[in-house]
Amino acid sequence: MAHEGTAAAPEGMKGFVTDWSADKQAFHVPWGKAMMWIFLLSDTFIFTSFLVGYGHDRISTAAAWPNPSEVFALNIFGIDMPLILIAIMTFVLITSSGTMAMAVNYGYRGDRAKAAGLMLITAAFGAVFVGMQAFEWTKLIIEGVRPWENPFGAEQFGATFFMITGFHGLHVSAGVIYLTIIARRVINGFYEKPGRKGNYEIVEITGLYWHFVDLVWVFIFAFFYLW
Amino acid sequence: MATATEGQQHPLSIYFWIWGLLFVLSAASYGTDFLPHGIPRSVLIVALMLAKAGFIIAIFMHMKWERGALAWAILGPPVLLLFLIGFMVNEGKLTEGTRVESFTPPPAVVPVEHH
Repeated sequence: MAHEGTAAAPEGMKGFVTDWSADKQAFHVPWGKAMMWIFLLSDTFIFTSFLVGYGHDRISTAAAWPNPSEVFALNIFGIDMPLILIAIMTFVLITSSGTMAMAVNYGYRGDRAKAAGLMLITAAFGAVFVGMQAFEWTKLIIEGVRPWENPFGAEQFGATFFMITGFHGLHVSAGVIYLTIIARRVINGFYEKPGRKGNYEIVEITGLYWHFVDLVWVFIFAFFYLW
Repeated sequence: MATATEGQQHPLSIYFWIWGLLFVLSAASYGTDFLPHGIPRSVLIVALMLAKAGFIIAIFMHMKWERGALAWAILGPPVLLLFLIGFMVNEGKLTEGTRVESFTPPPAVVPVEHH
């Protein structure tokens, strides 16, 4: 990938204008990375639409909104812990983001074994997250929460809960598959083939997707579970 | 530049620092659940959320080190979403008002006139 003029290109606002104002490559990054960012931008709009829809439902309903702190409480060793499962899920996802960041680093160093290993650990944390979400869904479904009703208050709670956490869980599941595929290729030496020349930018691109999934969870945690 | 070293490379230590910081911020986020509902709690939830989001985007997703052309193209458009949020909060309040007004049973003593 040629990076023409990167060294001489001006920085700051001047650089911003220069990069956009000529008939040439605007983004000095691999195309895969630019496309991943544009995909993530569109995904940002989707998730924001969901969260805004949830916000609108919660504001507009005249019925009392269930208290998430109590709905998502777990009784552990005889103590009622408010929101504890969601807190653990948050820490699991942040831990996975850390291992992912390290995988990117080792990928660029050309340490294939460590990069792939860390990606698989990241995928494992993701799978744990989805498992905990399945547990949470099961618990709520047993308690009678449905997309159209729930025993705790406003009906919109069930609808928005399954929609938002379901769509996020789908993203995590897709990420686990994505990470596994790329990790397998890294181990197999797919990126050492002629024409690829040991280029591990794919690990960073996969990482962008994974960090985004963590990022979305930060917003869901704040607005759905804590608010 | 050699192809293998073309991408974003930073010392591992910065990732460990941000990792630790995200743990602390998340613990603080969880802590807000024990505060009484009100403005200070809401402000704290949003502030911690934005801090966590900022560190993830800037450090883990390397946006801090990307050039302006990419950073502005990606981080700029979501600002428009603030309008969507504003409109829908307003709309939600209006809907709630009409629901309370129209769907709350009227007091039984009021006589209803029929024409």
